[in-house]
Amino acid sequence: MIELQDIKKGFGDKEILKGVSAVMESGKVNLIIGASGSGKTVMMKCMVGLIEVDAGKILYDGKDFTNMDTHERKVIRQEIGMLFQGSALFDSMTVEQNVMFPLEMFGTGSYRDKKKRVAECLERVNLKDAAKKFPAEISGGMKKRVGIARAIVLNPKYLFCDEPNSGLDPQTSLLIDQLIKELTVEYNITTVINTHDMNTVMESGDHIVYMYQGQKQWEGSNKEIVFSNDQLLNDFIFASEFLREAKEMRQHELFSSGKWKEDLKNKAGNPAGGDRQKPE
Amino acid sequence: MEFRFFYHFGNYLLMLKGMFSRPENMKMYWKQFMQQCVDIGVGSFGIVFIISLFMGGVTTLQTAYQLVNPIIPKSTIAQVVRDTIILEFAPTLTSIVLAGVVGSKIASELGNMRVTEQIDALEIMGINTKGYLILPKIMAALLMIPILVMISGFLGVWGGKEAGVLSGIISPDEFLQGLRQDFRAYNVFFALAKSYTFGFIIASVSAYYGYNVKGGALEIGKASTTSVVVSCVLVLFMDYALTAILL
Repeated sequence: MIELQDIKKGFGDKEILKGVSAVMESGKVNLIIGASGSGKTVMMKCMVGLIEVDAGKILYDGKDFTNMDTHERKVIRQEIGMLFQGSALFDSMTVEQNVMFPLEMFGTGSYRDKKKRVAECLERVNLKDAAKKFPAEISGGMKKRVGIARAIVLNPKYLFCDEPNSGLDPQTSLLIDQLIKELTVEYNITTVINTHDMNTVMESGDHIVYMYQGQKQWEGSNKEIVFSNDQLLNDFIFASEFLREAKEMRQHELFSSGKWKEDLKNKAGNPAGGDRQKPE
Repeated sequence: MEFRFFYHFGNYLLMLKGMFSRPENMKMYWKQFMQQCVDIGVGSFGIVFIISLFMGGVTTLQTAYQLVNPIIPKSTIAQVVRDTIILEFAPTLTSIVLAGVVGSKIASELGNMRVTEQIDALEIMGINTKGYLILPKIMAALLMIPILVMISGFLGVWGGKEAGVLSGIISPDEFLQGLRQDFRAYNVFFALAKSYTFGFIIASVSAYYGYNVKGGALEIGKASTTSVVVSCVLVLFMDYALTAILL
């Protein structure tokens, strides 16, 4: 579990994060969504320590990451896997070597064990045949999958994904989403995804944080998002006429089938869900 | 301008300080060091070979052109060529060329890694990126650039001899005699001192500009050019300073 406590970050005079608090739960896919410039990328970079926060705390399973020294951070970082927007694969290494790299740097077993683990991870992301290829020789979707394999090779407790679907076609995006979701449940990982992709929101959003102008505007699940009355959130999620109509149809469908009662029950069991942070 | 200088100088010193931490895995650092030795040493040998031969040949021809007095023995040409090459041409000219070849490669490699988030990926893994990416490059430059300078010295003198003999200016015996006249081993020490200093400047300045790239492909190109310009200016400045101090 990762807990953000009132984190603030600014660059010069511009305040990017204006005191954000949230809890990213383990075994769930936690999404950070919001328009460009809302502070979600800065928030993710603060969470992994690529940017230092100005105020507030980030707790990894209760351990204060913000006040850790370099050595303590290194230990936590070995439990973190990250998938970057551009995959960030090492150009000079093959797919296999890319996935092997964290194991070679931090792994303790024999070379044979490491090779076996790499093969397992590549098989998990359906890339066993691409092991000897270089990043320049594979497609965008394959690069993302190699990035995922590299991120999970050390069995991380926390997985961060920055725009995992950017530049991918809808079908490949769906595959990536499903893969991340499966891995999250399989290894009980705390997964945090920074995304614009509405398919991801609807498919994988166990827990969603909507950011607006550096503040948490809304928090809830993919089921609750359909019923949200938050105007800013609705404007963002259902930006097109088509999506607005689809939302109304979905609400109508749920209402007619009586499924809304079940959803209300679930909501009652999770009072935190759908809470809106009051704007300052 | 003054403040920019102090900003860059301060950041440069912090980068150097940040390189020194306990390696996460010594074997991987060694692998990286060996890779850099191959890139810097073997990768630059061709250009060093060519410029050294021509540098020696041109020095012989120009020295012979200026030494027209019949009282001065022809072996003096070899003596002048030897000292010019050892004291100045081999360390300085080779380093200026290496600032272009090696420096731009280091800056663009690190710049590309920064822009494509490869450095961030290493950071997230818990690796000290300054230690893993920059230190091996500087160590490799400190090992390979003096070796290249020594090779350049030998090739320069050999090129000078061949040019002199082929153009009929000097016989091989006269040239060898001139090479042995009044030889000072201190000159070799001086050349090595210069090459170590230049090697450090080339690798560290280029790494600084590459590591701190912000933006995209255009900025990588700019960083690469800036690193070569700054390295060359610093090499020439240190050339003067070391000559004034050590000679």
